[in-house]
Amino acid sequence: MSEGINRRALLGQIAAATLAGNIGIAEAQHVHHEAVAQAKTTGVYQPKALTHHEFETLRVLSETIVPGATKGGAAEFVDVLADKNAELLAIYTGGLAWIDLTMKRDHGADFLSAKPEDRARMLDQIAYRRNETPDLAPGVRFFVWARRLTVDAYYSSAAGIKELGFMGNGARKDFTVPQDAIDYAVKRSGL
Amino acid sequence: MFQIQRSAPVADVVIIGSGAGGGTATKVLVDLGLHVTLIEAGPMLHPETDFKEHKWPYDYPHRGAGDGGASYFGHGRDFGWFSAHAGGWQLDGEPYTVAQGSQFRWFRSRIVGGRTNHYGRISLRYADYDLKPYSRDGIGTDWPITYDEISPYYDKAEKFIGITGSREGIRSAPDGQFQPCPPPRVHEVLIQKASQRLGIPCIPNRLAVITQPTNGRPACHYCGECGRGCISASNYSSAQVQVFPAMKTGRVNLITNAMARELITDSEGKVTAVSYIDKATRTERQVKCRTVILAASCCESTRLLLNSKAPRHATGLGNSSGVVGRYLTDNTGFGLGASIPALHGLQRYDSDGMGGAHLYMPWWLWDKKTDFPRGYHIEIGGGYGMPGIGTFAGLAGREEGYGEPLKKKIYDDYGTHVSFAGRGEMIPNADTYCEIDNTVVDRWGIPVLKFHFKWTDAELKQVAHMEQTFTSIIETMGGKVTASTRPVEQKISTGGEIIHEVGSIRMGDDPKTSALNKYCQSHDVKNVFVADAAPFVSNPDKNPTLTICALAWRTAEYMAEEMRKGNV
Repeated sequence: MSEGINRRALLGQIAAATLAGNIGIAEAQHVHHEAVAQAKTTGVYQPKALTHHEFETLRVLSETIVPGATKGGAAEFVDVLADKNAELLAIYTGGLAWIDLTMKRDHGADFLSAKPEDRARMLDQIAYRRNETPDLAPGVRFFVWARRLTVDAYYSSAAGIKELGFMGNGARKDFTVPQDAIDYAVKRSGL
Repeated sequence: MFQIQRSAPVADVVIIGSGAGGGTATKVLVDLGLHVTLIEAGPMLHPETDFKEHKWPYDYPHRGAGDGGASYFGHGRDFGWFSAHAGGWQLDGEPYTVAQGSQFRWFRSRIVGGRTNHYGRISLRYADYDLKPYSRDGIGTDWPITYDEISPYYDKAEKFIGITGSREGIRSAPDGQFQPCPPPRVHEVLIQKASQRLGIPCIPNRLAVITQPTNGRPACHYCGECGRGCISASNYSSAQVQVFPAMKTGRVNLITNAMARELITDSEGKVTAVSYIDKATRTERQVKCRTVILAASCCESTRLLLNSKAPRHATGLGNSSGVVGRYLTDNTGFGLGASIPALHGLQRYDSDGMGGAHLYMPWWLWDKKTDFPRGYHIEIGGGYGMPGIGTFAGLAGREEGYGEPLKKKIYDDYGTHVSFAGRGEMIPNADTYCEIDNTVVDRWGIPVLKFHFKWTDAELKQVAHMEQTFTSIIETMGGKVTASTRPVEQKISTGGEIIHEVGSIRMGDDPKTSALNKYCQSHDVKNVFVADAAPFVSNPDKNPTLTICALAWRTAEYMAEEMRKGNV
């Protein structure tokens, strides 16, 4: 994404305002609100590396791993990376195919068309390493990848960062720490 | 074949390298009215477009994982996508070799400002006793200068660069010219209280970040991302704070993408020109000079001297002593972290602050007996950092399952971790040095460095002590540490990894055992000076950059005076 000229101008304003000693939170907020606006994509995403079926399967899987992951663009994130990385693409196409084949074998329908309780039954098995039998190993191993990248995708998205309550990446005139926050932690620590 | 081009004018001074040493020397010499030709191996820095300050992960489709998710496959950008450095542990076409049985990592930046663009900005003075280690414990070698001789230059560097801190009166951590340090974050308050209980001083950090407007630079705006580079130059990078302002005088001729190859000498052995490769055209060029300052980084400056061979100096220029390449050290490094129960359920707040800790622990047992020589300081981490790729990698890998329970674990875990990193003194040893590897050249045909490196019992015992200390602090805070069963040899950092290489062109009063005099001037070649960390005689438990700046300042002033007197 290109550097927005407005963002640059705002950073300049921050610098000037800080120098003059009268920085407002408003300027700071502008900078990152604008970044949020820039990040919003328009239109429906067309997968580049995955097929539509794979992409939709991954979208539903990601949403199950981290509710909200769709809003965080998790499937798009994987597709963008896999488009430039054959090794990652193979991990995902192989893993998604394994899930579909195993779902059909065990429940008579692929992941997308299966009943929600059957999907859950499958995920409850492959989401835990202790279930790594020869039969389930490919699914368990794929799930480690899927969980890791879904978590990364969601918590690097505007939605995930907001949900965590991250309050930084702005510009402030002074740095202060809420006294009640300090009191809370000190009291709990017994120090 | 290379086309040799000679540019006719003779520069007063050629400075090789634009990092902390080269930037400081440039500023000082230009202020004294001299004309400087500054050679930098990398390109020009453009902070407004190069720095990723204030960017969010989602400003990039790959979120910071790099194209194709490189970071998931072990070849992501060193220090992360957002870091301001331009370089890495490996550079395409610029190899180095490591002797069998040794491990060494060499971080190089190729950009105006060098490694000051991304460094941690911890700015600690050496203590009086640090400069006289042999006199104190009979190990190593004394510096040819005293604390009183370097102290005025610490003052100058600190005032100009801007360093946070507080006056504490601790002998191992001399006070300087400080700007106010912002208050500690919540986790830092806990660390301070736990440390106090253990008798470990935990004091306001000394960072090259300005909290008051300084020399036209606005004060810090507390976004916490110094490592990404600061567009408002509210932290120190030599490019923004020294080189760019100096260029405005019109007395700096900056040559970028210029890889210094060799110092050319005349029949009397004086340097007359610097030969460099213009990377864009792969042609050799020379710039004539009256004097030269090597500030290419400790090991690059060493490489340049060793590669400057002539019949009069077959073992390299300025190396009649044979010490060039010897006495190389890094700082020791060890880290430990834990989630602290007292921080669970803490309210969210903007914990960004300066890019780095607001407190640190100086070495506190300097007058006590330990089972290892010298000491270490402790750096700390924690807080609600900007989430991004890998923030929860540990948790996502360790915890299993999915769905809302996983999300709750992540929400509850966020911001509860603290970390401790020790940085300690390594004693120079005979098995640690660099030399030219005559069998390998870089893409410009320049012979590369070969590293030999060995930690000794002194460093291993020190790291064991770090682990005990960090464990004690964490446990005092109420956290748990799972004792690691790995041998200490696997816990200590790899040589070079702390990026505090010093010592391989050391200074001293005796030309037989040192390459430079007390002003970092070559004993053998009077118009050669060194202004990076190569002249350091020891590697105390303090990050070297502030001392690089102070010594470069002193060397530049001395050199200008010697030039004025006609001595060089």
